[in-house]
Amino acid sequence: MNAAGTLPAWAALMTALLVLVGAAVTLIGSLGLLRLGNFYARVHAPTLGTTLGAGSILAGSALCFSVLEARPVVHEILIAVFVTLTTPVTLMLVVRAALYRDRTEGSPNIPAAWAVKDLISPKEE
Amino acid sequence: MNALVILGWAITSAQVMLGLAMCCATFRLVAGPRAQDRILGLDTLYVNAMLMLVTFGIRTGSTLYFEASLVIGLLGFVSTVALAKFLMRGEVIE
Repeated sequence: MNAAGTLPAWAALMTALLVLVGAAVTLIGSLGLLRLGNFYARVHAPTLGTTLGAGSILAGSALCFSVLEARPVVHEILIAVFVTLTTPVTLMLVVRAALYRDRTEGSPNIPAAWAVKDLISPKEE
Repeated sequence: MNALVILGWAITSAQVMLGLAMCCATFRLVAGPRAQDRILGLDTLYVNAMLMLVTFGIRTGSTLYFEASLVIGLLGFVSTVALAKFLMRGEVIE
């Protein structure tokens, strides 16, 4: 810690806590990606890292730089908003592609197309 | 115990945890049974690398790392979308 030598104690402790929590949550999400048994189960795990993990680490960074420069430094919000917007888009695209591939191969462990269509727009009777 | 020393140790252990998370994602990228697992591993890998760069930025106190992590986020999003499109349609630009 050479450049952040002027950080007061409360800001240093809060930054340390936020960074530790974020890294631990990200690690848990990646362990889920490693350990879960099914692709559709594995999709859920890394979102821990992109929501709470990224949010916590970026909040710690924003706090650290705001206290260091004695003015609100909020450019970390740019990354947070971007990650929050893009993660659902990418995961929906990947899961749609995976579902399409599994259906064309006739895999037995996924819902069929007619069942999902009935869930989206149920019949009248 | 000095609070800055605690912050240094916290950032070091956070970087170790993020490195382990990147190892998990890399294993899924290399060994994933199907192509969609590999794409998911790549997605997780770039998010973890982005967070790792943010922790480097806190350690050094410079905002250069922030810009690098923003670029990683942008390019990672584009690459994941392109790979998912390729998986769905067989080509990226139709």
